[in-house]
Amino acid sequence: MQSLLELMGEAHEQISQAVSLAALDQVRVQYLGKTGLLTEQLKQLGKLPHEERKTAGAEINTAKQALTIAIEDRKQSLQAEALSARLQAEKVDVTLPGRRMDTGSLHPVTQTIQRISEIFAQLGFSLAEGPEIEDDFHNFTALNIPESHPARAMHDTFYMDSGLLLRTHTSSVQVRHMENNPPPLRIISPGRVYRCDSDMTHSPMFHQVEGLMVDEDVTFADLKGILEAFFKAFFEVDELPTRFRATFFPFTEPSAETDIQCVHCGGDGCRVCKGTGWLEVMGCGMVHPNVLKNVGIDSEKYTGFAFGFGVERLAMLRYQINDLRVMFDNDVRFLKQFS
Amino acid sequence: MKVSEKWLREWIDTPLALDAIADKLTMSGCEVEARDPVATAFTNIVVGHVVEREKHPDADKLSVCKVDNGRGEILQIVCGASNVRAGIKVPLALIGAVLPLPDGADLKIKKGKLRGVESFGMLCSSTELGMSDKSDGLLELPDDAPVGMDIREYLKLDDEVIELAITANRGDCMSMIGVARETSLVMDVPLNVPEIPEQTAQHTDTFPVALQATDACPRYVGRIIRNINPQAATPVWMQEKLRRAGVRSISATVDVTNYVLLELGQPMHAFDLDTLQGGIVVRYANAGETLKLLDGQTATLRNDTLVIADAAQPVAMAGIMGGEPTSVTYATRNVFLESAHFRPANIMGKARSYGLQTDSSARFERGVDPDMPVKAMERATQLIVSICGGEVGTLVDTLADASVLQRKAILLRPERIRRVLGVTMDAATVEGVLARLSCTFTSNDAGWQVQAPLARFDLNIEEDLIEELARVRGYDSIPAELRPRAPRITQPSETAVRRETLRHTLVARGYQEAVTFSFVDPKMEQILAPATDSIALANPISADLGVMRSTLWSGLLRAVTYNVNRQQSRVRLFEIGPAFAQSEDGKPVQKNMLSGVLTGNLYPEQWGQVNRPVDFYDLKGDVETLLEQVTGTRFHFAPVAHAALHPGQSAQIMTDTAVVGWMGMLHPQLEENLGLGQPVYLFELDMSVLMQRTLPKYQAISKFPAIHRDLALLVREDTLAVALENAVKKAAIPQLISYYLFDIYAGKGIPDGQKSVALSLILQDFSRTLEDAEINRIIDAVVASLQKDVGAVLR
Ligand SMILES: [Zn+2]
Repeated sequence: MQSLLELMGEAHEQISQAVSLAALDQVRVQYLGKTGLLTEQLKQLGKLPHEERKTAGAEINTAKQALTIAIEDRKQSLQAEALSARLQAEKVDVTLPGRRMDTGSLHPVTQTIQRISEIFAQLGFSLAEGPEIEDDFHNFTALNIPESHPARAMHDTFYMDSGLLLRTHTSSVQVRHMENNPPPLRIISPGRVYRCDSDMTHSPMFHQVEGLMVDEDVTFADLKGILEAFFKAFFEVDELPTRFRATFFPFTEPSAETDIQCVHCGGDGCRVCKGTGWLEVMGCGMVHPNVLKNVGIDSEKYTGFAFGFGVERLAMLRYQINDLRVMFDNDVRFLKQFS
Repeated sequence: MKVSEKWLREWIDTPLALDAIADKLTMSGCEVEARDPVATAFTNIVVGHVVEREKHPDADKLSVCKVDNGRGEILQIVCGASNVRAGIKVPLALIGAVLPLPDGADLKIKKGKLRGVESFGMLCSSTELGMSDKSDGLLELPDDAPVGMDIREYLKLDDEVIELAITANRGDCMSMIGVARETSLVMDVPLNVPEIPEQTAQHTDTFPVALQATDACPRYVGRIIRNINPQAATPVWMQEKLRRAGVRSISATVDVTNYVLLELGQPMHAFDLDTLQGGIVVRYANAGETLKLLDGQTATLRNDTLVIADAAQPVAMAGIMGGEPTSVTYATRNVFLESAHFRPANIMGKARSYGLQTDSSARFERGVDPDMPVKAMERATQLIVSICGGEVGTLVDTLADASVLQRKAILLRPERIRRVLGVTMDAATVEGVLARLSCTFTSNDAGWQVQAPLARFDLNIEEDLIEELARVRGYDSIPAELRPRAPRITQPSETAVRRETLRHTLVARGYQEAVTFSFVDPKMEQILAPATDSIALANPISADLGVMRSTLWSGLLRAVTYNVNRQQSRVRLFEIGPAFAQSEDGKPVQKNMLSGVLTGNLYPEQWGQVNRPVDFYDLKGDVETLLEQVTGTRFHFAPVAHAALHPGQSAQIMTDTAVVGWMGMLHPQLEENLGLGQPVYLFELDMSVLMQRTLPKYQAISKFPAIHRDLALLVREDTLAVALENAVKKAAIPQLISYYLFDIYAGKGIPDGQKSVALSLILQDFSRTLEDAEINRIIDAVVASLQKDVGAVLR
């Protein structure tokens, strides 16, 4: 039988050499387990003379406690080492990109229409829609463009064999809206329109937004005020000079072309504005009394204004797109730029 | 309308520069679209006289000329023009002359040697002077051109042409007198138009005129001029004015009628009197009558077309174009001049309906001053006689309907002015503008009774006059007002599914929004929707955009092809837009669709994820995510074949009551035909069924634990997942709150023709924790239902 001193020496040696929690536990079992070496020593106590037993027992218990503490200490240090090793092992390169599905984007035409709608919503304009295959009445006649009128020739209309046509402007929606809704009216109507014309600066399909306001007290001054406010909001500027030029539309009287100061050069003249400093962006005017009559609205009691403009034109100015055709190629490298 | 500044200033008295005039015209409705000098800024070019011409000894195409420079020198000049000959007068660039070239450089004339022959200057074409884009040979000047005179001075080339966009309502501005009147009006400067003297008749020969269609032609002025010199040359001042207006010089008589049209806006026609039979009859054509026109084409006339006829046949399409057999030629000695008024309504659209567009029709369909025919006749007579000589006959003015010279009075009210424009105008201002407009008016309690001038066909109602008030004073005189208005609180529908929500769902899943044309290739349309009655365009922009799409897939596939061809193989696109078809009764039906296309790898290229090509279930996941927005509607997917889709990977999407869409893999044959080289997946949903959802309604959550039980079953290989689902549902167990299929396996260990499926069931009760016995009863019931309906057995 080894002396307790020797035993303890070996035990401490083994504890300090245990490199894993499992090895440490083996040491614990070897000394403190049911058949462990210290436990065995306790069992041997009975063989000692009575007077020695007490002292020896106390010594063994002291040794046992010391061993338990040593094992616990070693355990904690092993756990700390293990955690530290784990943390070291689990280190990642936080600069590597994340695992992901990419997001898409909305077409610039959609984004522009949304922006326009939001601005006019603040002014109380709601959205209206209408069919794109139209009849002659809603696209032309009701808008005071009688058959054979020279103004029709400007429209380059797509026809179907049935005599129906693809709407040449969203103005047809104002007719349908007025037919079905009594004044006061405040609507805008974005949508596709079609002209039989295709070159660098014309697409056979493009988008327009039509606006209409009819009430007992709507004036040309209101039209100017609302459009000026709109353009400033759209281009996010506090000042944007606007000018209204007289022109002719069969469905408005008086009629105006609206120019804004060139947003590229600030009015100094550049390629975008062809050196004029102005950009023609919108047609507008006071709704012609014949149009109101055609839809059964009392033109003595009510006045109104209407305006219409090309969405692509505004989108191109806003996002500095210099080629109309890229709008409809749907090249993903183009579309991704608008996310 | 091209307007020479010099010509305009003959009648408009203002010291203001052309800039100011152009700006004012643009702002008031006659937009200046272009401004061009009538010649380049060359120097040192004079009228030269070619006195001798010989062939160059060593070059076939060159001539050696002796040219008088009018300054006492005869210069030897080598010239390559084919029309150079002795006796003609041409522009002569002297040594030291500078000619700006189109590319911005300058051509400096120096003494030179061509093929060994010395040359002391250059003879010029109109192109070299910057007067035209092309020319054939030297610019030949009239015989009376003063030799040695500076060509710039001789041709009055210090001039600019402004091009005005005349709107469709302003036929009155399609003439110099109209533009001058408009300029005088908007600039408030005097208008000085010389009186046209009455031409004294030298004989009383007249040609009979009978107006039958007086509704269309209320006035017809005619005159015979005998014994003109048909070969007389148009004077250079007239040629130049015509040229600057964009009109080619033809012959003196024709040039005069064209000149009067430009000057006064009155289209005229000159007939060769000797070719006319009997007398003039203005009538509607008999259907089928033919007329050989001046442009060489023969028109077959309809009976809605007004003609000028003689006793035998139509000789002109009234107000549009004359006939060839009765037109003046270089042999014509006796002319019959026509200066008539045709009502716009009768001319409108007629020229276009015959594929014609003439200076005459463009004016008559917009309206020509009915008071102009006599003045124009006198002016044309004066010009013809001064150029071609001849004996003037009596002017015959046939006025069948004098009401054409009356204007209806328009009531103009101050209050209406305010209500339309938003500004008040005092009486003096209004009356001042009316006077400048040459309106006649009287004032009364209500306002003014106004008669517009005869030339202004656009002034018919009160608003037309109000526009004039605003326009003449300038739109910038009206303030911009942003007035408070009554708020309009709408009730936004919370059960409406917003298009933006659907858009953002797809965008979040990596889709780009596309916008494609509504018209597509008919061949593609036929392949994608063979059963649809598509709507064709009568006048498509091109054959491959000839039919209205009934599905958005053709445009999306075109976009995929476009991208794949440009090394962009991972494409996910969607579009919301209209699709069109014809209903059984031939009516067009427009539906909004939401369509998408998916191809290439599932993920963008990255390091941390194993990538793979997309498949049917990636597509279906996207579609299901979209449909989840539409709460309250149950959607089903059924294996139904579609012409454009892989027959084994094609699903019809349905609600309980209707087919609402399709999805699947593009048919491999079609994929090959399109040259895509990679599988493509498509979906399309009818937007109308996506627009409505249910309002969320709270349901209590059970406090008791949920229990999971898994079932492994053997079923026939062709058993659809939906059949299993239906069988589970049929067991109708309230505690079964959820279940899902989590594994499918066939092959080793599974009998042929069968597959193993694993279902997970989740059970929960609202009032207590479920006990084993109860759970087992539930599982038994589910298994029994599965066994009964799909023959499933527990593994
Ligand atoms: Zn600019």
